[in-house]
Amino acid sequence: MSGGDGEVAFFDNVGLRYGTGKEILTDVSFSLWPGSFYFLTGASGAGKTSLLKLLYLSQRPSRGIIRMFGSDVITLPRSRLPGFRRRLGVVFQDFRLVEHLSAFDNVALPLRIAGVDESELVQPVSDMLEWVGLAHRAEAKPETLSGGEKQRVAIARAVIGRPDMLLADEPTGNVDPEMALKLMRLFESLNRLGTTVIVATHDVHLLQNVRSSTIMRLDKGRLADPTGALRYPPRRPVHAGGTR
Amino acid sequence: MSTPPVTDAARSGQHSFEGAKAQALIPQARLAGPMPWVLAIMVALTVLAAGAGLSLGNLAGDARSELSGGATVQILQADPATRAEQAQAAQEALQAMPMMEQSRQIPQDELDALLEPWLGESGDAETVPVPALIDVRLEGRADDAAIERLRQRILQVAPDARVDAQSDWLQPVFSALTSLQYVALALVLLLAVTSAAAVFLAARSALGNNRETIEIVHLLGGTDGQIAQLFQRAILRDSVIGGGVGLLLGLAAVLGLGYQFAALDSGMIGGGGLDWLDWILIALIPVLGVVLAVATARFTVLSAVRRML
Repeated sequence: MSGGDGEVAFFDNVGLRYGTGKEILTDVSFSLWPGSFYFLTGASGAGKTSLLKLLYLSQRPSRGIIRMFGSDVITLPRSRLPGFRRRLGVVFQDFRLVEHLSAFDNVALPLRIAGVDESELVQPVSDMLEWVGLAHRAEAKPETLSGGEKQRVAIARAVIGRPDMLLADEPTGNVDPEMALKLMRLFESLNRLGTTVIVATHDVHLLQNVRSSTIMRLDKGRLADPTGALRYPPRRPVHAGGTR
Repeated sequence: MSTPPVTDAARSGQHSFEGAKAQALIPQARLAGPMPWVLAIMVALTVLAAGAGLSLGNLAGDARSELSGGATVQILQADPATRAEQAQAAQEALQAMPMMEQSRQIPQDELDALLEPWLGESGDAETVPVPALIDVRLEGRADDAAIERLRQRILQVAPDARVDAQSDWLQPVFSALTSLQYVALALVLLLAVTSAAAVFLAARSALGNNRETIEIVHLLGGTDGQIAQLFQRAILRDSVIGGGVGLLLGLAAVLGLGYQFAALDSGMIGGGGLDWLDWILIALIPVLGVVLAVATARFTVLSAVRRML
């Protein structure tokens, strides 16, 4: 077991069950490294979303150890959780945009919550909307946006604060292949800025599109790691398109 | 794809999340609709109950202080000559006592005027013997010991005399007034609890309507305090409106009732007016109502959001 300050996330024998039901995640152990790109794969119901919930601190595990950015988040006082969440960017499978806010206000929300002055956020938010190709839809409410547009607003909201870790749950599930490819390029761009990216997907074609990514495969709540690449210290990296 | 235009501004944000932009996040946080009116009614009733309680307190206090040193000497003698003789002797004995502040024999025409409503204008002292009355004011309190000393002295010169402390006559009235004051206090407390309950239910309802947004704010790093503030600001606005309207309604009712009672022109009721300290206390009711409403909303929201991770 490690969990030193170098990893952005460290899981050791983590188990998760909801209520008294059976375990959704069992003995999950891995380390995520700064600036890396991970794909979290597995069949529907394998536990991808549950694992992401643990990573974005929406759920506490039933057992095991979780360290984020060097701190044990299980024993962390509740009052310190917001500080950790602000270091994360999350793209939810169902977008989770605030329906009565415009695209601009949705993207600006993390900055406003973090206490950024209005005069300082107008330009970054406008630039971000421009970057995702939605400058002309800045005042549109989510209900008037297409699935792909909502997806891009959700991504813009997740990345605008330059998170240390970006978590995306099936980010291409609602878009056509061309848009999916664009989104992957967007994630790669962010990754190049130093953000650790974790993309949960069951779309095997996506895995081919990002070089130097590591595959995390969940199978019935267990993390398959035959090569040991996800353990500390990693035995050897596992890249998409290479050995899996 | 080009480098995303991310910003590091979020890492050094110094401003609190407030204003119209923050309020727009949870539009239903405003406990709108009937809430300001519910609070207005509660505040108006509280002002009325507090005004009545304070007025009763003043009334009882004035009467007590006025009667605390008072005593009445009655000469219960049917024969007018003997009665007048004993009254004169009693008056002289009273004025010679060191504990005496003032004693005054009530003149016959004043007694006739007092009894006129019952006996008519031609009250015949021969037919209906009316006791001679001496109004006594002691320097100290007319307690049992003082009344007994007075009685001992008077009976030496006026064997048909009867001495009573004036406050004894009104003791049942004072008890009733004290009970009414407790009722008024209980009403004020009950209204405060009811107001808090109304705010609690409205806040819970608003929380339920905005649960998804609150979860998003949480997941984006919003604190419990930030979320509670959104609701606090909403209830603050509602309670200020409700408190102001309620105060005006309550004051109108208190002043209206005050004028009605003043028109009775009764000596005792005249002591039931409100002084400036009472008006300050009444003016504080909406302020306390606002504090209570905001604190209830904060407590309700914080206890609910703490159940979320």
